[in-house]
Amino acid sequence: MTTAIKTRIDASRDCRGIGCPMNLVYTKVELSRLAPGQVLEVILDHGAPINNVPRSVIREAHEIIGQNRLDDGAWQLLIRKV
Amino acid sequence: MIEFNEEQLQRYSRHILLADVGVEGQEKLCRAKVLIVGAGGLGAPVALYLAAAGVGTIGIADADSVEISNLQRQISHFHHNIGDAKVDSAREKILAINPEIKVNTYYEYLRADNIREIIRDYDFVVEGTDNFPTKFLVNDACIMEGIPFSHGGILRFDGQAMTVVPGKSACYRCVFREPPPPDAVPSCSQAGVLGAIAGMLGTIQAAEALKFITGAGELLTDTLLSFDARNMDFRKTRLHCQENCPICGKNPGIHELIDYEHGGCGIKSSKSVAA
Repeated sequence: MTTAIKTRIDASRDCRGIGCPMNLVYTKVELSRLAPGQVLEVILDHGAPINNVPRSVIREAHEIIGQNRLDDGAWQLLIRKV
Repeated sequence: MIEFNEEQLQRYSRHILLADVGVEGQEKLCRAKVLIVGAGGLGAPVALYLAAAGVGTIGIADADSVEISNLQRQISHFHHNIGDAKVDSAREKILAINPEIKVNTYYEYLRADNIREIIRDYDFVVEGTDNFPTKFLVNDACIMEGIPFSHGGILRFDGQAMTVVPGKSACYRCVFREPPPPDAVPSCSQAGVLGAIAGMLGTIQAAEALKFITGAGELLTDTLLSFDARNMDFRKTRLHCQENCPICGKNPGIHELIDYEHGGCGIKSSKSVAA
């Protein structure tokens, strides 16, 4: 298992235990508060959340700069706002 | 920037998820003010969907009371509302769906001498009236005040809608120059109307209002959308601004609003009640 990437993170949201689609809603709320180029960290559960949220984020033209499995099995997703 | 609370995020989640609406679009909706002219077959579904969408301020103008013959299509009015002012009945349902909405009611006919003052407060107007004098009045007043609006009309199995952005797209008068003579065109109360097409057309108008506010998609500007629900045929007719349009053309002949004569049926023009 890899550890979390070391990069400048401007905002973070823990969406462990939060299913679809509210995890994406919270992700979009956090992104709306950031300036273009800033990085958002979202922690997502394994399964549907990590399968769905990155796809939706990419569809809105944001960039996924990291996706890392954490020790508890959840995923760290790093998103650079478009 | 609006800080949505948890309940609002859940309520509006399906809008926020849309790439073309998102958090920013929902904020615009929550700050928007839309006036619905006519709380009948078209205004009823418009009111419900705008309330559901979280449009912050909804105005409703209508001078009629609910009658049992309205209930076949005017879905914001329930059996227990018979005899109530339509604006009060609609407000009751708006707040039942979404208690956060501010509702302004105008229990009066819109006329040349009151319409401009009323519509001035709004970002967008939805015209869903059952008579030509008011359709022309709303068009002219919106052109004069520079307020975008959605025109809608239904009869029998047919519906039509167009969206007008003053100064940018063809207006109702560019297409239909003058009201037809009183009683030349039958009203719903004479010719009948399939109840569900009120919902079909009203929800098209509601969608246009939401699209205008959020900036999503392309509006029905310079376009007349019409359908015939007998065969579910939909048609778009391309429209153009007319240079000789008497209200939005190069040398407009109309400088003051006109109260056209109402037809004999369906309209009780003597019944004008103050709010």
